[in-house]
Amino acid sequence: MAGWRRRPGGRRGLGNEADRATFRTLHTASLASAALRAGLDETGVDTSVKHLRALLGTPAVAMTNTERLLGHVGLDDHHREGATALAHRAIAAGTTVVSAAGELDCEIPGCVIRHAVATPLVIEDRVAGCLVALTGQPSASLLRATEEVAAWVSSQLDLAELDASRHRLVQAEVRALRAQISPHFLYNALNAIASFVRTDPDRARELLLEFADFTRYSFQRTGEYTTLDEELRSIERYLVLEQARFGDRLGVTLRIAPEVLGVTIPVLSLQPLVENAVRHGIAEKPGGGRVTILAEDLDQEAIITIEDDGVGEDPDRVRRALAGDESLDSIGLSNVDARLRSAYGEDYGLVVETALGAGTKVTVRVPKFAPGVRP
Amino acid sequence: MSPAYGITAVVLVSVATLLVGAIGLRISRTTSDFYVASRAIGPSLNASAISGEYLSAASFLGVAGLILARGVDTLWYPVGWTAGYLLLLLFVAAPLRRSRAYTLPDFAELRLESQPARRVASALVGLIGLLYLIPQFRGAGLTLSALTGAPTWVGAVIVAGVVVANVVSGGMRSITIAQAFQYWLKLVALLLPAMFLLRAWHHDGGPTHGLHLSDWVEPLQGHYALYLTYSLIVATFLGTMGLPHVVVRFYTNRDGRAARRTTVSVLALLSAFYLLPTVYGALGRVYASDLIRSGRTDSVVLELPHRVLGGTAGDLLTALLGAGAFAAFLSTSSGLVVSVSGVLSQDLVNRWFDGVRAFRLSGVAVAAAALVLTALSSGLAVAHAVELAFAVAASTFSPLLLLGIWWRGLTARGAIAGLVVGGGLSTVAVLAVMVGANPIGWPGALLSQPALITVPLAFGTMVLGSKLGRRDLPVHVASTMVRLHAPEAVDLDRGTFHPDRRTV
Repeated sequence: MAGWRRRPGGRRGLGNEADRATFRTLHTASLASAALRAGLDETGVDTSVKHLRALLGTPAVAMTNTERLLGHVGLDDHHREGATALAHRAIAAGTTVVSAAGELDCEIPGCVIRHAVATPLVIEDRVAGCLVALTGQPSASLLRATEEVAAWVSSQLDLAELDASRHRLVQAEVRALRAQISPHFLYNALNAIASFVRTDPDRARELLLEFADFTRYSFQRTGEYTTLDEELRSIERYLVLEQARFGDRLGVTLRIAPEVLGVTIPVLSLQPLVENAVRHGIAEKPGGGRVTILAEDLDQEAIITIEDDGVGEDPDRVRRALAGDESLDSIGLSNVDARLRSAYGEDYGLVVETALGAGTKVTVRVPKFAPGVRP
Repeated sequence: MSPAYGITAVVLVSVATLLVGAIGLRISRTTSDFYVASRAIGPSLNASAISGEYLSAASFLGVAGLILARGVDTLWYPVGWTAGYLLLLLFVAAPLRRSRAYTLPDFAELRLESQPARRVASALVGLIGLLYLIPQFRGAGLTLSALTGAPTWVGAVIVAGVVVANVVSGGMRSITIAQAFQYWLKLVALLLPAMFLLRAWHHDGGPTHGLHLSDWVEPLQGHYALYLTYSLIVATFLGTMGLPHVVVRFYTNRDGRAARRTTVSVLALLSAFYLLPTVYGALGRVYASDLIRSGRTDSVVLELPHRVLGGTAGDLLTALLGAGAFAAFLSTSSGLVVSVSGVLSQDLVNRWFDGVRAFRLSGVAVAAAALVLTALSSGLAVAHAVELAFAVAASTFSPLLLLGIWWRGLTARGAIAGLVVGGGLSTVAVLAVMVGANPIGWPGALLSQPALITVPLAFGTMVLGSKLGRRDLPVHVASTMVRLHAPEAVDLDRGTFHPDRRTV
């Protein structure tokens, strides 16, 4: 029997019995926390209550939000109402509530539950739900344990809230990015078009149409994802408009493997990189330069590189821009990086190679299929 | 017959393939100053590429050999290999493209939201690719042997070497233009000699001896003919959609509509191509019926010009056929090895090695394993060996795709059970046939054409397994179904993406 019991703890000789108990508790807590990080909803709660019951050592555990029961384990139907009512009392009171004597008594044979402890869950100073531990024998230690576990669950839910708000922030930045066509660009593009109106009216008309299409793509509100094809079209329009202004000073080369045009990418994830190449690379170089955009097919992935032979950048400043330093005028570098990582995983961030006077090369890797990307 | 022409042709094709792999990436990219993005690959080009990669040794050599030996019943091989695209068109092409899955394991993960299902699918992709490579290598051996008299293993080793060199150098990764060119090369290589042969036949006064024998022209003869024919039909009709190197090509289509148009074009291209092996089979009946007795029917396509025309003309046409055949082996093998190594390296080998090394190691391992199995299965007709790979594909991925797309009740557990049952049973049969097991009576028929039993079993297991655990439906099944079936032009809420709630 002893040998059996040791097994869940892992290898022998891993500390004494107390150490192993600690390890077991920590392991259970980490399992519960993974489920709780999804936030206070049915799917996460369903998994986490099982681990919370193991932590508390009671026959039944339930969790509610401010309205209803979200999930429970070991709780028979006839006690559900009582547990929910107690939870509502705890939520209303804002403190731990213990069931009154006889409140949870029942006649069902085999049912051991007679008492319950309900402790509110607090997310960012707001009561968001309740943890209910149901037991046969009330004890001071259970009261204490329930309060401690509820505090820990609250802190995990706080973190979940943080994750969610970080995601909302990135989305808000995308909306800002869409609204943010630089005023300089507007001014310069319209001026360049105006300069052609007399000398070359056909070209002026074409440029105006490009301008209209470009703004429509950039200002569209719906959808987080687009195809590489669509994004490249918008980039081409942007480059046509910039070339109208820079003339021969801006050279452009696109080399695109047609196989990857259908790859799904976050909307406006490449255009800011091209704008950076033009604004910071070429515009500041006296003789102008060339922007090269490559898209290659690597079986399961597409590799997109945006390269300019402009003035380059101090690698340290790029590192700070990627980390989100807003004092630097790099459009959306950290935003693009964050969105790529959140869509495809931590391995898929931007790779920037640059040095002062040596041009800049930004590499984006995109998998052809990503399970979470549902455009 | 002078081997010089044949050797030259094979060397030319091999070197050309390697060169395309090495420098082709440069050519295949559209380079220009502006407006290249809109130049997407159209359905007709894509259809040529799919056909080029699809038409393998079995189509180029094997079908004519089987028709020569066994008569009209074997016409079901080319019919089935074409009709497979009809089912693909009707039930799979557009939803698969809309799913945005690149490989079959991608589809399994998307639809079933389960990593174990993904890994089972990956293992099956490896297995089917391996089984499909064997007849390619065997065909290469036969071709080289017919052209130069070299032992059969030489051709197999050459094809394996060229393919591995391509994979290791990182070339030949689904270059659409190169694969499209392969189709037209194969078509011309088969069409031109056929025209000369038919002219010579007409000149001879159109002899028809050997064609009127009743056991050659009448269908459904021999023991268990009805079972064997239906089993062949099931395997070839349903197997096409489970071929790993075919499915990845649909990703290149712009949308579901383009995927359907592509499939229609593939149907036309294949129908045109498959007329030719029939001509060779019938002419072989007239001019080369001794091949049936010596058991070398697979080389009928290569022998005919020499026998009918003789001289330099015969040598040149034989060289052209040899070149076309080698192009067939190389293109199909390359496509297979690349897509199989991609899947294996991503899902199975990546635990021990990192990206590029995992890809290369998988490629080398798959080619080596196929070489060993080729040596073990020397008695098998090329077309039959290909059909066995189709039987495994039909018993695994066709139920996964058809049920996954058209029945929302499919769960991960049911799908895995079906994949294991269908894949396991069909693989046992295939391996038994390959190592030469040939029991008499029903067991022999079941082993040589297992699909009619294993395909319904796989479907049944998937349905039953899913019904038993009906509560395990994937969380996003509703939005996945909308995504698969709603045309892209329809403006509807396809749900937004929540990175925090990704299925793990």
